[in-house]
Amino acid sequence: MIARYRVRIPSPLRSYTRGHDEVIVTLPELSPDHGPPLRAIIAALDSSFPGIRFRMVDEQGKLRPHIAIFLGPKAVRDLGTPVAPDTDVMIVAALSGGD
Amino acid sequence: MPTTTRNARPPARRITLLVATRKGLWTLVSDTARSRWTLAGPRFLGHNVHHAIVDPRDGRTWLAAARTGHLGPTVFRSSDRGRTWTEAAKPPAFRSGSGRTVDHTFWLTPGHASEAGAWYAGTSPQGLFRSTDGGATWTGVAGFNEHPQRKAWCGGDQDGTPDGPKMHSVLVDPRDPKHLYVGMSSGGVFESTDAGADWAPLNRGVRADFLPDPAPAFGHDPHCLRFAGGNPDRLWQQNHCGLYRLDRPAVDWLDIGGSMPKRVGAVGFPIVAHPRDPDTAWIFPMDGTDVWPRTSPGGRPAAYRTLDGGSTWRRQDKGLPASQAWWTVKRQAMTADAREPVGVYVGTTSGELWGSRDEGRTWRCLARNLPQIQAVEASGG
Repeated sequence: MIARYRVRIPSPLRSYTRGHDEVIVTLPELSPDHGPPLRAIIAALDSSFPGIRFRMVDEQGKLRPHIAIFLGPKAVRDLGTPVAPDTDVMIVAALSGGD
Repeated sequence: MPTTTRNARPPARRITLLVATRKGLWTLVSDTARSRWTLAGPRFLGHNVHHAIVDPRDGRTWLAAARTGHLGPTVFRSSDRGRTWTEAAKPPAFRSGSGRTVDHTFWLTPGHASEAGAWYAGTSPQGLFRSTDGGATWTGVAGFNEHPQRKAWCGGDQDGTPDGPKMHSVLVDPRDPKHLYVGMSSGGVFESTDAGADWAPLNRGVRADFLPDPAPAFGHDPHCLRFAGGNPDRLWQQNHCGLYRLDRPAVDWLDIGGSMPKRVGAVGFPIVAHPRDPDTAWIFPMDGTDVWPRTSPGGRPAAYRTLDGGSTWRRQDKGLPASQAWWTVKRQAMTADAREPVGVYVGTTSGELWGSRDEGRTWRCLARNLPQIQAVEASGG
C-alpha cells in the first residue's frame, strides 16, 4: 500500500517547489494505523525538491527554530513522530522577527 | 619577496561592486572613468546576504552566502557573472552528531590560484569549510572543526559577538596553498601550514584587555585581517583592541594604532590593503568607548590612511558628511579596487555606498536607500 500526504509549502520554501504551495508526497505504508516518521516525509520531499530539507532541518536533524510543522491540527517538532496516511502536513514559517 | 611597485599601472576597466545586504544582493557597475555608476538588483530579495565575492581566477564565478530569518544557511553560485544562480547541493554544515549547527556562512574566500574550483568558507559559530567544486558542495575542514583545542580557542557557540561568534578573514598565502590564516571573533588569529590539518594561535603582542589575562595566547577579538598588497609576509589587523601589523616570520604583532588621534581611537571593523603597496592601508574608525556604539566617532565619518606601514595615519573625510552621520561600517563592507589610483569603497549599515577614486582623498555617495550593507567586494579593476 502507498501512503499519500498533502504537504503545504510556505512562501519562503516555494522557490524549491517551483512555486507550488502544495505538493503530494507518497511513501510505502508501514501499517494502516502507524505511518512513516515525519522525517521520512521530509526526506521524500527533498528527493523531489533537492535542498529544501536543509533549509528546514539543521545538520543535527532538528527542525530549525522558526519552522513549525502541523500534522492536521497538531504542531509537532519531533521528526520521529509517525504520520498516519492521508494526514495533511503543513509546513509553517513561524511568525517571528520584525526587522 | 614578490613586491610589485606602485608604478605598475593597470589598464582602466569598469569596476563591479558586489553589495551584500541584510535584504539581498545588489551590484554597482562603473564606467571606465569610475564616474558613473549603475545600480542593479536585487537578487535574493529578503535574504540576509553576509558576503558575495567574484572568483578572481576566472572573473565570472560569483558566490554568495545567504540565509533568511526562517530558513537555514546556504550558498548560491553563479557561473555567468550573476545572471543565473544555483544553490549549493551541500552547503556548509557541521558533522552530524557533533551537536553544532551552522547559523550562517559569514565569509567566503577563493582558494589558491593553482587550485581551480577551491573555496573556503568561515561560519558562525566558528567553523571552516572547503569546497573543491566551485562552491557546489562543502566539507568541514576537520583539522579545525574537530581540533581538540577548538572549544578552548573559541569558547561556546553562544559566546562572542552580539550576532554570533564568527570565523572570518580566511587568507590563503598566494605563494603556498597549504599556508592559511584565519581570524575569529572570538578566538584570535590562527595559522596553518599544512592545508588546515593543524592550527596554532598567532596572537603575541595583541591586547585582549576585555579578558582577565590581557595577553593570553588566544581568545582575542580580531575584527579583520588582510595581507598587505604585494607582500604576503605582511599582515594587517584591525582588532577590537586596536591596530596591528605583523611581518613574518616574526610572530609578535606590532601595535600601529598609537598615532591615531585619541578622540577617534584605533577601533573599527574593516582594514583594507592597497593592492600593490605593502605600506599603504585604510581603516574606518568607530566608537569603541562606553557601551560600544560602533558608530563613527562624534558622528563624523572618516577613513584613515597610512602610507608608512602604520607609523602615521591621516584623516580622509573630504566629501563625507561633516556632522550627524552615525555610520557603522562592518568588517566586510570596505574594500579597494585594483586600479591606479586605487578606488576605495565603504558601505554603511544605513544603506549608503560611498566611493573614492583617488585613494580616499575625496569621497562621494554612489548609492543610497539600500538595506543594511553587510559586505562590499570589488572586481574588474
